[in-house]
Amino acid sequence: MNDRSPWTDPSWIRGMTQRRMSRRDLIRNAAVGAGAIGISSILAACGVSGEAQTTGPTAGEEGSTQWWADMKAQGPGDHINFTNWPAYIDRDFSIDGPGSRPSLYEFTKATGIDVTYRADINSNEEFYAAIRPALESGQDTGHDIIVMSNFQELAEMIALGYLIELDPELHPNFDQYAGPNFVDPVYDPGNKYTMAWQSGITGIGYNTKYVDEPVTSLDDLLNPKYAGHVAMFNNSPDAGCSAMLHLGIDPETSTPDDWQKAADYLQTFNDSGGLRGWMDQAYLTAIENEDLWITMAWSGDILNDKLYFPEYATFEFTVPDAGAVIFIDNGCIPNKAANPVGAEMLMDWYYDPTYAAMLTEWNAYFTPVPAGGKIVQADAASAKGADKEVLQTIANSPYVFPDAEFAKKLHNYRVLEGDEIQTWNDIFNPIFLT
Amino acid sequence: MERHLQPDLPDVAAPERRKKRSKAPFGLAAPALLWLLVLFVVPMIAMLSLSLQTGNSLEGFRQTFRFANFTDALSQNGPFVVRSLRNAAIVTGIALLLAYPVAYWIAFYGGRFKNVFLFLLLLPFFISFVIRTVAWSFILSDNGIVLGTLKNIGLLPESYRVLGTTFAVIAGITYNLLPFTILPLYVSLEQIDHRLVEAARDLYASKTKAFTKVVLPLSMPGVFAAVLLTSIPAIGDYVNASVLGGPGTTMIGNVIQSEFLRDRNYPEAAALAFVLMAIMLVGAVIYARVLGTSRITEA
Repeated sequence: MNDRSPWTDPSWIRGMTQRRMSRRDLIRNAAVGAGAIGISSILAACGVSGEAQTTGPTAGEEGSTQWWADMKAQGPGDHINFTNWPAYIDRDFSIDGPGSRPSLYEFTKATGIDVTYRADINSNEEFYAAIRPALESGQDTGHDIIVMSNFQELAEMIALGYLIELDPELHPNFDQYAGPNFVDPVYDPGNKYTMAWQSGITGIGYNTKYVDEPVTSLDDLLNPKYAGHVAMFNNSPDAGCSAMLHLGIDPETSTPDDWQKAADYLQTFNDSGGLRGWMDQAYLTAIENEDLWITMAWSGDILNDKLYFPEYATFEFTVPDAGAVIFIDNGCIPNKAANPVGAEMLMDWYYDPTYAAMLTEWNAYFTPVPAGGKIVQADAASAKGADKEVLQTIANSPYVFPDAEFAKKLHNYRVLEGDEIQTWNDIFNPIFLT
Repeated sequence: MERHLQPDLPDVAAPERRKKRSKAPFGLAAPALLWLLVLFVVPMIAMLSLSLQTGNSLEGFRQTFRFANFTDALSQNGPFVVRSLRNAAIVTGIALLLAYPVAYWIAFYGGRFKNVFLFLLLLPFFISFVIRTVAWSFILSDNGIVLGTLKNIGLLPESYRVLGTTFAVIAGITYNLLPFTILPLYVSLEQIDHRLVEAARDLYASKTKAFTKVVLPLSMPGVFAAVLLTSIPAIGDYVNASVLGGPGTTMIGNVIQSEFLRDRNYPEAAALAFVLMAIMLVGAVIYARVLGTSRITEA
């Protein structure tokens, strides 16, 4: 009927071969486009509510017994989106494809559940800020499992009811094997929302290629010899509590006055002119590129690099004489997750000592499963060749298996409540912006 | 399929027809107006509302019409605003110096390859600018392919670095915005009638004179547009400062990002964004007044 379709009508062809835009249009469009990009990014965080929940889920709601019964009746599904921090899961680089993460592959083989694993979390603050709008509007974040440190962000997610209360029946391994330090933690009484993934120390990492003097204190990062190749963490729990320990203050019982002292100390890093940056997880790439020579670091990141990658054999990790803080990173399930049953099964999977051992043998972090630690020790004793050296280093490292003497150097973060949060943020956050 | 190559010529009734105002233009503008309303006006109002609220991310934010959010935002972040304006000025200056010869050459000597050159200019834009910026952080790393090589042959001291400095930030922003500078310059240079230059030469103008008296003045609309298109995104940039910068390079965009993504202090972030927008609008208006408003549309 209509023979003037775009394919036959020459006016279309003529139109399409003409100049696309006038000069005026070009500029106008460019300006509008630039404006739209700027605004859309801001929009994402617009319109904010928040209301602390005091009670658990009511009957039938996400996380209630009834809801879990329905979910379990539906089964664990066939896919999980697992989002974690980098350098946190065992790798086998000789294998291409799903088998390259052996412990996770075992899970898929045993359950038939496919796991999309993303090492996308580089900072608690930024990751939480990115998923907060979805949580606030009651939508799926796209993640079934996320891993959050025992910082403000996790506390806020629990307080605002953004996490699904776990089903006590779905974590038999946790009940049987979880170590006493990881059961019923202060930030999540009764493990209602979280199960620890791994735990580690915030200390100092350095490359002996450039750093030849002994490293014993945060002051060593101010050594002018290393100027321009030094980084500090840009999160206030790590930077603030480490600074307090340096000043002889126990973070757990610290007061706002102590925080101010710590902030003043951190300010000396800004004033020194030698600081490369206040960094998040990006510090690891920077030390690997040898842009950084000495930096605040998370224990397993540095140890894993040192032990498993010949090019990083000159890396060292150490804890300042004044002590260091321990963090606990926790697996949890955000609201509206597509596969909560599978997610909790997977979190519990890693409380099986076999797989807990596989994790720690790779990432060199504290395992929340003491029986898994025993397997690491046994593997180290029976291993042969190059593996033996690596495993024995891990098994004998105080940074993975601290003895009682060394454990005295390790401290907990300050738990912040109520108005303290604002005070803390007002004192520390301006330091990271210079 | 028979069609008229010439439109029907208006007959005697033409002048009267003009009096009847067609509603078609409004209909045609409606999608754009709707787009602006939904994606620009509504978010702006939401932002304005947010910028006057108080509260925190745990307890939520409530509307209290706290106008002090604006004065707080400005008084606490003055140095970052100044630094952003300074960086943007330097970036715009360098970009103009770099872009003008490129645009000039393509417009005057590009010949039939003009479109190829323009395509090559835009080619990097097929990759996200964040990724390109991160790529620079690898290229410019202390022992990367550039600095590492120069250090190995002894041209640079071992501790020399580019990353984490103001230089890196300014270079990064300039790199990312250069096409926005070149394109408007090219558009206005390409319009210039070459015979005007020939005429100037015939009248014994030197090459330099012909350029300063003919080409440069005629390309001013392009310069005007290039300055706006370069300086405005440069002021608000935060990606380059966070990827290539270090302490002492934080720009106002980073402060806004940090207010949103670290402190979750949405009202202050919104207020700061408005203050920044106001500064840029006022700056652009003054600039347009000084250089003549007609020039925006001329370009």
